[in-house]
Amino acid sequence: SSQNVVPTPVKINLINMLSETGLQVIEATSFVSPKWVPQMADHSEVLQGIRKVPGISYPVLTPNLKGFQAAVAAGAKEVSIFGAASELFTRKNINCSIEESLERFHEVMAAARTANIPVRGYVSCVLGCPYEGKISAAKVAEVSKKMYSMGCYEISLGDTIGVGTPGSMRDMLSVVMQEVPVGALAVHCHDTYGQALANILVALQMGVSVVDASVAGLGGCPYARGASGNVATEDLVYMLNGLGIHTGVDLQKLMDTGTFICNALNRRTNSKVSQASCRL
Amino acid sequence: QEPQASGLPEYIKIVEVGPRDGLQNEKVIVPTDIKIELINRLSKTGLPAVEVTSFVSSKWVPQMADHKEVMRGIERHPGVQYPVLTPNLQGFHSAIAAGATEVSVFGAASESFSKMNINCSIEESIEKFEEVAKSARNMNIPVRGYVSCALGCPYEGSIIPAKVAEVSKRLYSIGCYEISLGDTIGVGTPGSMKKLLEAVMKEIPLSALAVHCHDTYGQALANILTAIQMGVSVVDSSVSGLGGCPYAKGATGNVATEDVIYMLNGLGIKTGVNLHAVMEAGDFICTALNKKTNSKVAQASFNTGTI
Repeated sequence: SSQNVVPTPVKINLINMLSETGLQVIEATSFVSPKWVPQMADHSEVLQGIRKVPGISYPVLTPNLKGFQAAVAAGAKEVSIFGAASELFTRKNINCSIEESLERFHEVMAAARTANIPVRGYVSCVLGCPYEGKISAAKVAEVSKKMYSMGCYEISLGDTIGVGTPGSMRDMLSVVMQEVPVGALAVHCHDTYGQALANILVALQMGVSVVDASVAGLGGCPYARGASGNVATEDLVYMLNGLGIHTGVDLQKLMDTGTFICNALNRRTNSKVSQASCRL
Repeated sequence: QEPQASGLPEYIKIVEVGPRDGLQNEKVIVPTDIKIELINRLSKTGLPAVEVTSFVSSKWVPQMADHKEVMRGIERHPGVQYPVLTPNLQGFHSAIAAGATEVSVFGAASESFSKMNINCSIEESIEKFEEVAKSARNMNIPVRGYVSCALGCPYEGSIIPAKVAEVSKRLYSIGCYEISLGDTIGVGTPGSMKKLLEAVMKEIPLSALAVHCHDTYGQALANILTAIQMGVSVVDSSVSGLGGCPYAKGATGNVATEDVIYMLNGLGIKTGVNLHAVMEAGDFICTALNKKTNSKVAQASFNTGTI
């Protein structure tokens, strides 16, 4: 969601650098119509252009069967689909109901199963919605369960507008964990209200062991102008290192990658670890 | 939400250090009347304690040169404490003369930091504080103790929790009613915070402990959460996250009061503080300083018009 369209070679270099850091999963691109997401128009070139390091997964977003087929043609070996726990958000975003959106994914799931391609499911708005406000944990659990039953191997719970706190995270997870095994859960926290690391900590304490993050905290929040969005991978790794939790990620290489992309985008990093470590 | 069910404190006392620790670490010298206005606004937010100023020589800390005027100029709201820093007996007497009713003393868990900061050893500094504490006791003035570098030192690197416990115990034994453990350079993580508190809790009662976390590495809220999960119920913070880090150029320092309160509200923990009022005080001081807030809650709220 960065403002200017990033040139294809820069994207490829970014992903290649990330592949050197020890990260095991790098979300490469989105096979969505360039009309909707111009930033991802070069999806095929990017997927075909990156160095695919053995042992690293390069999932791509596929909103529908057409996107899925294009992704597979471009060499994708893992795909992701996006649901939401809010009816209003779904309607505003993709102009249909939650149920209808999940039906569309049935085709993708069937094709993926045939091609032996794992599918990751995302649920947006798990701790709040820009339109509906509060979201019930039961609704999050319901949508998560449906996506898990459809065949998603993992469900990433997204605090899309970053309004969650350790309290709401705990409450939501305790309900979702009754429907989806904790080993199949991931958290995708946004740092719009500065709560991301605290929320992630609570999720870890409850047994979650997969965490989404973005190098340099790339990606603002489209619902709060000027506010931050994704949590910075560097800050997350710093915390996990301090907790003695193994990630396999080299923090210095990660910071170097963050420096690269921030220079390329001509912007400051959103990572505090990066800011603090840079003594310029 | 039931904080007690989750083992968290029911109530957390927020100690607002913006006007002192915050402004002291801002480059721009703030006019006296702005400082007074800021403190008066903070007094109306429900904050139970606001650190007003520092009775230290203006040669060392020019930002706090107007300590007497500020102390005498602020409104004193019932139910709000207004502690001031007093590094020695001279500062203490000056503070009392200006109307102070609570004071703070600053120790460190690192000998190098102590030498570089106040030009004496840890033990020598505590001897000075003992003089302050004795006078304070005679006058019924409570004394709060700070321990800097509790989770790491800019000169020594890592700090052993046992050392922090030892210094904390010394400060507690000379009469400090509360010990605020400061992660001065913000390097701490939930891992090191846990180990620190386990060591210190052996020497100091939990109810006498506070945490003063810096957000230089983005770890402050996670560290505070860890502390409150262990039963700590006093947290220091700074409106708008005022106060950079003098040891990492351009990096942030204090954790923003707004972001702390947002988290505590979400946990169902009472603070008595009105978040919106704090955001407005933050907006006031940032405008006066011509700077952007360091509070993510404030950034997000002012852009969407909602909390």
